[in-house]
Amino acid sequence: MSNYLLVIIILVYFGVLFLIALWSDKNVNSKWVNNPYVYSLSLGVYCSAWTYYGSVGIAATSGISFLTTYLGPVIAAPLWVYVLRKILRIVKYQKISSIADFIALRYGNHRFIGALVTVICLLGIIPYISLQLKAISETFQIITNETNVKRIFLFEDTTFYIAVLIALFATFFGTQTTDTTDKRRGIVFIVAIESLVKLLIFIIIGIYVTFFIYDGTTDLFQQANASFDVYKLSTISSLTEGVNMFYMIAISFIAIFLLPRQFQMSVVSNDREYHLKTAIWLFPLYLLLFNLFVIYIAWAGNLNFDSSTVNPDYYTLLLPLKYDSFWLALLVFIGGLSAVISMVVVSTVALSNMVSNSLIIPYGFLETFNKNNPEENTKYIKNIRRFSIFTLIILAYIFYFNFSIEITLFSIGYISFVIIAQLAPSFFIGMFWTKGNSAGAILGISFGFLTVVYTLIVPFICDAIFNNYHFTENGPFGITLLKPYNLFGLNFLTPTTNAFFWSMTVNVVMYLVGSMYVKGSYRERNYAELFVSNSNDFALFSETAYVWKGEAYVADIRNVLEKFLGVEKTNRAINLFFAKNKIPKNTVKADAKFINFSEKLLTGIIGSTSSKILISNVIKEQPVSLTEILKILEESKETISTNKFLKEKSDQLTQLTQELKLVNEELVVKDQQKDDFLDTVAHELKTPITAIKASAEVLMFDDEMPADLKQKFLNNIVDDTNRLTKLINNILDLEKLANGREELDLSNNNILETVLKAIHFVDQSVTDKKITIQNNVKSLFFVYDDDRILQVFSNLLTNAIKFVEPINGQIEINLAEHDDFVLISVEDNGKGIPEEDFEFIFDKFYQSKNQTTKKPVGSGFGLSICKHIVESHKGSIWAEQKSKGVSFLVKLPK
Amino acid sequence: MKKILIVDDEPNIIMSLEYALQKNGFEVFVARDGQEALDILKKKVPDLVLLDIMMPNVDGYETLQKIKENEKLASVKVLFLSAKNKPADIEKGLQLGAVGYVTKPFSLKKMITEINELLN
Repeated sequence: MSNYLLVIIILVYFGVLFLIALWSDKNVNSKWVNNPYVYSLSLGVYCSAWTYYGSVGIAATSGISFLTTYLGPVIAAPLWVYVLRKILRIVKYQKISSIADFIALRYGNHRFIGALVTVICLLGIIPYISLQLKAISETFQIITNETNVKRIFLFEDTTFYIAVLIALFATFFGTQTTDTTDKRRGIVFIVAIESLVKLLIFIIIGIYVTFFIYDGTTDLFQQANASFDVYKLSTISSLTEGVNMFYMIAISFIAIFLLPRQFQMSVVSNDREYHLKTAIWLFPLYLLLFNLFVIYIAWAGNLNFDSSTVNPDYYTLLLPLKYDSFWLALLVFIGGLSAVISMVVVSTVALSNMVSNSLIIPYGFLETFNKNNPEENTKYIKNIRRFSIFTLIILAYIFYFNFSIEITLFSIGYISFVIIAQLAPSFFIGMFWTKGNSAGAILGISFGFLTVVYTLIVPFICDAIFNNYHFTENGPFGITLLKPYNLFGLNFLTPTTNAFFWSMTVNVVMYLVGSMYVKGSYRERNYAELFVSNSNDFALFSETAYVWKGEAYVADIRNVLEKFLGVEKTNRAINLFFAKNKIPKNTVKADAKFINFSEKLLTGIIGSTSSKILISNVIKEQPVSLTEILKILEESKETISTNKFLKEKSDQLTQLTQELKLVNEELVVKDQQKDDFLDTVAHELKTPITAIKASAEVLMFDDEMPADLKQKFLNNIVDDTNRLTKLINNILDLEKLANGREELDLSNNNILETVLKAIHFVDQSVTDKKITIQNNVKSLFFVYDDDRILQVFSNLLTNAIKFVEPINGQIEINLAEHDDFVLISVEDNGKGIPEEDFEFIFDKFYQSKNQTTKKPVGSGFGLSICKHIVESHKGSIWAEQKSKGVSFLVKLPK
Repeated sequence: MKKILIVDDEPNIIMSLEYALQKNGFEVFVARDGQEALDILKKKVPDLVLLDIMMPNVDGYETLQKIKENEKLASVKVLFLSAKNKPADIEKGLQLGAVGYVTKPFSLKKMITEINELLN
């Protein structure tokens, strides 16, 4: 195929992309442009030319280890729900626009860290971009069937023009606005479309190879099995290989989070958090589909070509060409081109943001900005970014032109990943551990990177570029222990995993050492708390967590904002802020919240580091000493814990109060009962005394009284005196029994005799009232206090006699013997006890309580005394309503 | 002859009171509780009622209330005679319209003097 035709096809493809991007940029909110599927597909930027061509190469030469690149992301996807969501919330709230911004902000908006991360990313990604250019160049040659000779003159190389086209494309859509947090829907949509294009084409070529060139997977397997060792290419052959694969998976796991293009797509360009929900299944599915035919294409390639003379990376192109399907090969080329365009555009846009916001602006252009007007500033910033994009692509081209001819796609890809992985400890540990600080991050990243340089980059350059194997084979100065690929004698890892293992170890150790032995500044601690805090109340927390001390004027800050946002936008933003926080519009002094807000406004445009520097230029920030910040943090923590403590105490107090209230109520009732009891007692005592006194007075003043009447009054006096005595005894008894001071005089007695004695006591009343007592108690011996139990039954009988009617009144005494107790009942046919009084009748205050002015029958102590006596025998007493009358039951243990 | 109704549930106290009052020239009726007193009052209108408070069935306060409700008994004077000696009890009795409140145990001699004063 002629050069020119292919160039035209490429131009047409670019043109179509351009139109689509333009359309989607104008229809930002259309559901076609902004939906979870577009988001999930845009993550497919992960599959670069390396995937598109390189996977087949690896599968053809080293077997299934090509899968490691995809297993990491597949494992990471479910974790997105938690980790990526947390990242998203931080990024949205802080208006972060790149991975450099993210890490710098975590460590207190640290200018140097931002720059360091940017440099690491540049070092990792530029070769990676050059890899993409190499793929373009090589596939271009295959399609056009040119000889594999490098052009001497730059401008004769088609790849150069493609690179320029990509740069123009990235510049056009990547720098439309100065605000880097802008979602850049055009690019996102294009990336999604290209993800779809490359996947479809890859599946088409897979189906073509498997089912058209060969007769399905079985046929392919049998043929492959016949000509080479298929098992070697489809199994993990040893533990060593397994360990290596494990590390490879770890590398790709990190890459899916930290590659600048992934961060750009998955985090910065994320519009809605819920899009994640689709991505966590769709993206792994995408990767799965992409890998479906890799192994078959690899086998087919091995069957058709000699991998030592042909680069197996390009089996996808070579196979259709060999079988005269030229248009299919062209389609494959377009698919590869789309993978390259996505990767390069997104990477360069992401990197250019980092270069401008974290490197160039904070380290040189701030002064200029401060003097300029908003239009000029915007122009400046845009130009810096455009310049960055071009420079990046040019650098990548130069790298490709000079170094990467001999290097396979796969190896450079992994070097990139290992370099980017150096950001992982600072990134991940920093997100979950507040103590991680800038010193740790700088040490970790720097030493980790140096380790990569020593274990991977230097030997790689020696081997691949200078063809000098002395260093890698013998170590520096012949010290074998320091051999870069087998550091400290670790000899079973591949160069890549070896470098990853050692650099990560060094990185993490240095990070921890730095974090533990160097004290972080207050700003860092501020942001550390903020990043680590629970993402759910992130916004709330970050509002309050901002610690700042000093003096600042709204007008000064307004000036700075106007330089970047313009007067109108600034006014709108500030008014909104004031309204939201209920601050009067004419406020002169700015508070910490306002400063924080302004920094965030600027962050989107010039990055967090620069915005912090610009704002701090116009405010007089007094350095908050570490002790002060610690005090503030301590205080807020203390307040929280004190609050917690107070709440606990308060709860306890409430409970205690409640208990006290209950006890108090009980006491009040008891006190009332006591008063009533005393009243009753007093009344009971006064009644016979009154009678005695009256009788005595009558006798005293009447000398002529007949003798028999005199006798009657004297008898009354004696009766009342007896009554008084009995009453006093009862009161004392009750007191003794109630306080447990009465000791029982226990002996073996016959219950029948005791009951008979009780009946004898009431003989007189029974005769007087003409009632009958039927005694069914049998003779039974057991241990009890005879006197006391006698008291119980005489009390019960006295009560019963009182309640029954004269003449037909009947009282029945029964005894039932059980295994370990006896049950004696005293049943009458009297008027009974009102239902509601049942539970009170054994209460010594019962009568006084319920009838304060109504005269009780008897003293009211009888049943109470009975209860105490029975209970001191470990028995029980209760009453039961009968159809006529009441039955009192006494249960005594044998 | 002035008529006096004694209302009390203690037979021994009644006996002494009845004897002493009769000796002093009063005509005496006796009731054993409030209800009995009210029944008697339906037929007879005494000059004075000596009224105990703590009695079974209908107590002294209630009895006095009933007496006051009955216009026919407007002229009847009521003197409480009770062992309850708390100021609140006395206050309550007087508020209900009793002419006096004698606490138990009482002096017979003094009480007869008082009754004489009340009825003359």
